[in-house]
Amino acid sequence: MVSATIDNREISVPEGTTILEAAQKAGIDIPTLCHHKRLPPIGSCNMCIVEINGNTKPVNSCNSPVEEGMKVATDTKALHEQRVVNLKKILKHHALDCPICDKAGECDLQDVVYRLGVTDAPFEPRENPRIAEYSTSLIRYWPERCILCQRCVTACNAIKGIGAIDIKSDGDDGQIVVVDADKCKSCGECLFVCPTGALTENLSRYKGRPWLENRVETTCTYCGCGCQLQLKVMDNRVIGVTTDVDRGVNQGSLCVKGRFGYEFIGDENRLTTPLIKENGEFREASWDEALDLTAQKFSSIKEESGPDSIAGLTSAKCTNEENYLFQKFMRAVIGTNNVDHCARL
Amino acid sequence: MTNPIPDLLKSEVILTTGTNTTENHPIIANYIKEAVTKRGAKLLVIDPRRIALVDSAALWLRPRPGTDVCWINGLMHIIIKEGLHTKDYIEERTEGFDELSAHLEEFTPEYVSSITGISQDDLFAAARMYAGASPASILYAMGITQHITGTDNVKSLANLAMLCGNVGVTGGGVNPLRGQNNVQGACDMGGLPNVFTGYQPVLNDDAGNKFATAWGVDNIFAKPGLTVTEMFSAAEKKQVRAMYVMGENPVLSDPDKSHIEHCIASLDFLVVQDIFLTETARLADVVFPATCFAEKDGTVTNTERQVSRVKKAVDPPGDTREDIWILNSLSARMGYEMSARTAKQIMEEIAKITPSYGGISYERLENERLAWPCPDEDHPGTPVLHVGKFARGKGRFFAIKFIPPFESPDSEYPFLLSTGRVMAHYHTGTMTRRGTGLNRISPESLAEINPVDAEKLSISDGDMVSITSRRGSITVKAWINKRSQPGMVFVPFHFHEAPVNLLTSTAIDPVAKIPEFKVSAVRIEKAS
Ligand code: SF4
Ligand code: SF4
Ligand code: SF4
Repeated sequence: MVSATIDNREISVPEGTTILEAAQKAGIDIPTLCHHKRLPPIGSCNMCIVEINGNTKPVNSCNSPVEEGMKVATDTKALHEQRVVNLKKILKHHALDCPICDKAGECDLQDVVYRLGVTDAPFEPRENPRIAEYSTSLIRYWPERCILCQRCVTACNAIKGIGAIDIKSDGDDGQIVVVDADKCKSCGECLFVCPTGALTENLSRYKGRPWLENRVETTCTYCGCGCQLQLKVMDNRVIGVTTDVDRGVNQGSLCVKGRFGYEFIGDENRLTTPLIKENGEFREASWDEALDLTAQKFSSIKEESGPDSIAGLTSAKCTNEENYLFQKFMRAVIGTNNVDHCARL
Repeated sequence: MTNPIPDLLKSEVILTTGTNTTENHPIIANYIKEAVTKRGAKLLVIDPRRIALVDSAALWLRPRPGTDVCWINGLMHIIIKEGLHTKDYIEERTEGFDELSAHLEEFTPEYVSSITGISQDDLFAAARMYAGASPASILYAMGITQHITGTDNVKSLANLAMLCGNVGVTGGGVNPLRGQNNVQGACDMGGLPNVFTGYQPVLNDDAGNKFATAWGVDNIFAKPGLTVTEMFSAAEKKQVRAMYVMGENPVLSDPDKSHIEHCIASLDFLVVQDIFLTETARLADVVFPATCFAEKDGTVTNTERQVSRVKKAVDPPGDTREDIWILNSLSARMGYEMSARTAKQIMEEIAKITPSYGGISYERLENERLAWPCPDEDHPGTPVLHVGKFARGKGRFFAIKFIPPFESPDSEYPFLLSTGRVMAHYHTGTMTRRGTGLNRISPESLAEINPVDAEKLSISDGDMVSITSRRGSITVKAWINKRSQPGMVFVPFHFHEAPVNLLTSTAIDPVAKIPEFKVSAVRIEKAS
């Protein structure tokens, strides 16, 4: 353990802890745009600068470890001024198209601009507008919103180990480029970590705003990893999926199915009414009809041929409660152990 | 799984076999990558296909499909010969070692190499790598279980893990990766013909009496019921006359599609409860429209045995009703009133009669991650199984014979067909093939064929080919790449246009009753 003070507060942290992490632990919020909990330090945005031992040359707190006896200041006048200068550099060409940006309302850049109170950042359009080189059929890249923080590139490398994208840095004119399009799995890891609206989902036909949506915590319906996610809901419709880095085994990551596989929920081909087959054709039926017919058929077959002449398949796609109820129905109501599911398949 | 997923970060060696983790369990693949790149773990991949994990592997062994028992026995033979097994652990915690050891004598590297096609050098290297690490974990999936020797394969992996003291330790374990979001839960809840909830056997009179009392019925259910594969055969023989299918699509997912359709046609009455008119629902007499995960409350249990909540986000479409309401209403019409009406009440009932779920409640799940066994309200759950001692007391070694697959390639059907999934789709595609999103990534079925075979057959990438087995034939687009080894073709089962289960055999594992999806003999021709 090493001890130090941050903004005059005593802290003690395991060796190797960065100043930023130590401050966060102590409840001191240092602004940053490129640091992300899941990623190794990047150090590209220069927002998290701090002063050490009164030294006026600031350092990035995201990649400087706490050292014994260190005195750290995170919020001096000089630091504030330097942050504003750094932020204005970022804002110079950042199209402030917040009104049409999916991220507005939960954008780290908006938050930092607001927090530092920057009101005079004149926008200069680029002489040669960036043309997006990266996109997938599910992810859209808005190059004018990109602040070149490199979170996306780092995530694709460090979390997925894929390395499908990179930053082509050409001074002011850098942007994300595709290294290997075949490698990209459209997992959306890059989109999940992007602090701005530079990467957005290219799927939902319905757009919400964070403050208009309802978000419901749930578990992904596909594989057995059990990833935790939130469904974004507006007007009784699921319009997207998002995640929280602190929840579940997935720590905010999802695969392409979990992140983009929600369209089936509102699909127009969903069954919406019971069906009864007559003369080889289905007709719509009321619940009373369908339930009565089923109850009567099960009862008469049970009467004629015994309960073991009826069998049921329950489902690995249904909940525990439904599975429980189904096997209880087969065992207690029908009276047979003929119940199984397709787990082996 | 015996161990939680994040445990992988503590493993020195991770052995994966029969799991294409990157495509099927992408989040677990993230952990494997992190273990390898940041924690210095070594990855040992043993798989007939050149899957993406191979890129991160320290060593990759490519056995012939269907020879798993043989290579596992072969590794154990070397480990024992070289004295790399953990003697104290075996002495203290296991039984049957001497029989196993004697049985393994014949699995010499020469013999194993001749059967599996793995070089002797690689067998030695793999044995030393696995046995030299502590802890080492094993991950497997359907590539191990979907064989006529599936149960043997799993027992063999357990042998290997116990031999090296890797069961009941953090960072170790024998970990099956479950393919569907609630396979674990469906089994835990008694969705099996031989057990009630929490694996309480129907053959046990005490359990039978307990459930009869709890449910207020007279019968004690002493006879195990039919498995899914047996149900369909019984339907064909008119022994089973009616079926109730909730949320499954056996017509696409089960082996030998024509056989299943024929069996279903023999039924007097079929009810299907699903969210879409699936291939199976089309054959039903009555269809109940059901709710999907976004429209209901409940819980699911993941591959780590962690129970987590599913919460209602939207109202179901049209006149669709929650599955719980449907089951309760049908029961009532048959003269049985279910007492629990909501998901929460049902979980309370489950907890009362299921020791391993005794401490699980909706209140606790709000803030806690709980893995069963979790017997009471104060129990923190059990992320790692078999710590200190095995659930059954001593861990038992089994001497397991090698049995070749049901079908082997011959002159008429010279190729081996294996089936599975691709990342963008799920199971029979009922959900993932709706909408446009995932279809943009993976619009059609692709048969993966090795370039060597493609050249012999004069097939180019993108050609349509017909693949024929003793049971049927499908036409599908060829994708020429090296993921399949020469002599082998892989076809995913998501696509109803190319229903690969027309081809697969109905040969099943005698114990687990799993069909042998991973090995069928087929012929490939360019489609005209
Ligand atoms: S979608 Fe996934 S694979 Fe593709 S660039 Fe983003 S992080 Fe990389
Ligand atoms: S796309 Fe987003 S994450 Fe990537 S560099 Fe630009 S702003 Fe950062
Ligand atoms: S997001 Fe992907 S990895 Fe996670 S549970 Fe869903 S399907 Fe599995």
